[in-house]
Amino acid sequence: MEGNSIIELRNVNFFYGKTRALTDITMDFSKNRVTALIGPSGCGKSTLLRLLNRMNDLIDGTRVEGEIIFEGINIYKPDVDPVDVRRKIGMVFQKPNPFPKSIFSNIAYAPRLAGITKRSDLEFLVEESLKQAVLWDEVRDILGKSAMTLSGGQQQRLCIARALAMKPDVILMDEPTSALDPISTAKIEELIDELRRNYTIIIVTHNMQQAARVSSKTGFFYLGKLIEYNATEKIFTNPDVKQTEDYITGRFG
Amino acid sequence: MAEKKHTSTHYEKELRDIKECLIYLGALVEKAIELATEALVDRNTELAHKVICDDNTIDQLDVEIEEKCIRILALRQPTARDLRYITTAIKINGHLERIGDMAANIAEKAILLSEESPMKPYIDIPRMAEIARGMIKESLDALVNEDTDLARKVRMEDETIDNLNEQVFRELLTFMLEDPKKIHRALIIMQISKSLERISDHAVGIADMVMYMVTGKIVRHEPS
Repeated sequence: MEGNSIIELRNVNFFYGKTRALTDITMDFSKNRVTALIGPSGCGKSTLLRLLNRMNDLIDGTRVEGEIIFEGINIYKPDVDPVDVRRKIGMVFQKPNPFPKSIFSNIAYAPRLAGITKRSDLEFLVEESLKQAVLWDEVRDILGKSAMTLSGGQQQRLCIARALAMKPDVILMDEPTSALDPISTAKIEELIDELRRNYTIIIVTHNMQQAARVSSKTGFFYLGKLIEYNATEKIFTNPDVKQTEDYITGRFG
Repeated sequence: MAEKKHTSTHYEKELRDIKECLIYLGALVEKAIELATEALVDRNTELAHKVICDDNTIDQLDVEIEEKCIRILALRQPTARDLRYITTAIKINGHLERIGDMAANIAEKAILLSEESPMKPYIDIPRMAEIARGMIKESLDALVNEDTDLARKVRMEDETIDNLNEQVFRELLTFMLEDPKKIHRALIIMQISKSLERISDHAVGIADMVMYMVTGKIVRHEPS
């Protein structure tokens, strides 16, 4: 049942200045699985997600303790380039954030920076990424149009396609559907199910039903601690920890 | 056990309401068994008719409870203990409704028997009815208090009823062998005994669901 782990956290602590946001987190993320992180606002789940591809580096005064091992290497070792990490561990955010450029350029932007310049290579990559994000059929004839003309749901799938263009191993999703309507949400969830075959997906969500629907493992965080990390089915039918149960059944606070 | 309340007070109230309805339904079916047995022993057809008629109330409450549960499933999407509670409530409701039907069956048989001369005084049947009623009460107490020990006790008591049922069967068999004129009456009493035995099975079903609700483990097919 358990897949090989692709990311391993060992005794991770994280601080914003003097404030400790995460306490002694040890957990593994399985390869080609969807893992959901849930918990109330401020519990540290998004902080943890951003730690996984060193997005928190961009915030002044933050400090990481412990190890985050990706493919056998601690990504916080001084000689590791965060850009390389982010290339392999992509991210999709809460609000769709396409570049104010054409649909084509949105996808081709990062590959171009990475040195792919041949037009046919880029075209192939754009088509492949859009197909994987199940957006190709909707935009194939309007690739030159501004990405900003797309609907919110389409923009979010474009952002997923953009992340896929760099051929990452892991995709981090921070509440990817909280700004979308139910149909667009269903499409993204369907897409997550497709992508699971080739990618490892870690998703932060406030939507408990979404966590139940898309993930195979779920971690519940509270006050910066990992309270319970278990098979999703177990968490939603008979969790081991009382605090988890109180949270998912709405008996909190 | 001090349980944290839901953030939503309405939800809390809806869940409590279902429990209260189940307790009420439980009281109705217990009463139905008591009166059906009384009607049988006293050869009181009026009382038997009342039991049959009152089964409508039980049926209505059964539908009402099921609708409430379905509503919660649709609107609240319960998880974990709430999910186990609602699924338990749906199944317990079904068991209680069936017990109501059994009581009505016994009342029907009481009417049939009242049309014939008495065969012998009833001893084991009222005893079975008494034990079965106790099992229903205990299983519902186990539900209210989330008491797995009490639920286990109910599961064990089933054996007593099974043994009594067999004893009644053997006794009636001898009556039938002795005097073929008694076959018709004996068969009817056998059906009554069987109904009581089924009632105790339903009480065990309720206890099994309480075990599931509290522990998350389905024990239905495990020996008690």
